[in-house]
Amino acid sequence: MPTIVVEVMPKAELLDPQGKAVAGALGRLGQTQSALANVTGVRVGKRFEISIDGEADAATLAAVRELADTVLSNSVIEDVVGIHVQNAPSAAVV
Amino acid sequence: MRIGVVTFPGSLDDRDAARAIRLAGADAVALWHGDHDLHGVDALVLPGGFSYGDYLRAGAIASLSPIMTEVIDAANKGMPVLGICNGFQMLTEAHLLDGGLIRNDKGRFICRDQGLRIENNASDWTAGFSANAEIVIPLKNGEGSFMASAETLTALEGEGRIVARYIGGNPNGSLNDIAGVTNARGNVVGLMPHPEHAVEAGFGPDTDTAMASGVDGLVFFTSVITQALIAR
Repeated sequence: MPTIVVEVMPKAELLDPQGKAVAGALGRLGQTQSALANVTGVRVGKRFEISIDGEADAATLAAVRELADTVLSNSVIEDVVGIHVQNAPSAAVV
Repeated sequence: MRIGVVTFPGSLDDRDAARAIRLAGADAVALWHGDHDLHGVDALVLPGGFSYGDYLRAGAIASLSPIMTEVIDAANKGMPVLGICNGFQMLTEAHLLDGGLIRNDKGRFICRDQGLRIENNASDWTAGFSANAEIVIPLKNGEGSFMASAETLTALEGEGRIVARYIGGNPNGSLNDIAGVTNARGNVVGLMPHPEHAVEAGFGPDTDTAMASGVDGLVFFTSVITQALIAR
């Protein structure tokens, strides 16, 4: 059963207060963990996993593209940066 | 005059908005997000709160509610609609107003009495203010930073569609200090600060003369009543 993944990010030119707050925390960690010392920024976005029955055919993908542009993102403040199909919902990375 | 207040799952300020409407001299009509019925009201308020827990984006899910079909239709036909805070977010998500609201630039929820300058006193909701009136009403939100493309911003400024601007410092990173905007027709207004919390002496912001005596917010509601009488 395929899953359609839609990824949305805040527009690059807009301030991302959430990313800034995370970057601030990483900066503090970087003072003790040298591997993090070269992190220069963090941006936080959203990932939607849409489960569907049957094939992820062209018509379904077109409908999801429409959904991504109109509902899952707001083009005033966000960009849809990726839509792709994967064959199962994401499991945790080991 | 009958003014409807729509309650969404997670609305907080619907009762305060209804009280403000009554104090201004109109009848408040409670409307429900799940209905397709405006019960014949003459104007609408989309109140503040955290509809659907701000999931997806603030106001986004509420903007797809059943009643929004009727709200959008009525707004496009000229019915006065005021969106306060979460209601403003819904109006941008429903494309009734330009721009969008993102998290406050300092990442903090802000709750304080806020100075504003009313720069458009021709809209249905601000016609009772004198030109460039300076007022104080409460501001309380976490996602109140107004954003718009450079092109949209130029249009809003050029067409005098900035209803209210923050004064005494920009609280949240809003472009051009924008606190509220209107549409081209002037019937739809969105405001991040809360006029409905400054309508009764004893419960409003402090003023120079007495504690908690600020009632500047009442003018938004009396304005729409006066506008309706003039139109009649």
